Amino acid sequence: MKFFLKCDEAVHVCDRSQYNEASFLEKLKLKMHILICGLCRGHAKRNTKLTETIKSANLKTLLPEEKQSLKKRLQQEINNGNES
Amino acid sequence: MELLNPEKWVEKYADYLYNYTIVRVNDHIAAQDLISETFLAGLKSKKNFKGEATERTWLISILKRKIIDYYRKINSKKGKAEIHITYRDDDSEGDWLEENAVDPYDKTAEDTMVNEELGLAILECIDKLPEKQAVIFKKKTIEGFDTEAICKEYNITPSNLWVIIHRARKSMAECLEKNWFN
Repeated sequence: MKFFLKCDEAVHVCDRSQYNEASFLEKLKLKMHILICGLCRGHAKRNTKLTETIKSANLKTLLPEEKQSLKKRLQQEINNGNES
Repeated sequence: MELLNPEKWVEKYADYLYNYTIVRVNDHIAAQDLISETFLAGLKSKKNFKGEATERTWLISILKRKIIDYYRKINSKKGKAEIHITYRDDDSEGDWLEENAVDPYDKTAEDTMVNEELGLAILECIDKLPEKQAVIFKKKTIEGFDTEAICKEYNITPSNLWVIIHRARKSMAECLEKNWFN
């Protein structure tokens, strides 16, 4: 097992860690990589900022079944319109 | 030429309209009704859409009128000397204004407004992504579905998913930097 990540691997780990899907070891390797790689450091900073921004907006979404019922009503209306 | 695409309205705009509505009417059920009415009204007046505005701003303009109507209806039912207010969340009790004395830890109206604008800016940026990226990014990032569930639903491999997410995140960061952080 290698300890140093390549840039594309670091970017991938960084993406997954935004969703808490990177392991402790992976995150450690990412930190090491960022220490020596300015490009990835910039990317990681930007990526984390995106995550925080989205989180802070506290967006609400409709549940899938609620969307489904909206769709159904709209579709019904579309079909009615086509017949007449 | 068909300018509007009602079949895709729910997928594309329901969440946007919902976030717009919920801060204004503060009632989950009423918000859904308003959105549904907006879509139906949009469908009826489809011919009036001239393509000058985007589909989304056009729908919002319809929604605004629906929200005004909603408050008119509520107000006409009132006419009593009591003041009822609706609370932000379900676990707070009581219907009287006095019971809801100012809470210093409550969010200020300004915070709520900034939050709403940010939320809408994010959804606008998502709307600019290619369709598949938009749906998958939203599922993963905002609705919080796990990787496995999304892969199953769209029949893609995890590495496909991460490529899509990576591209979407890149465009999202660019879009928000342009439209929000400036």
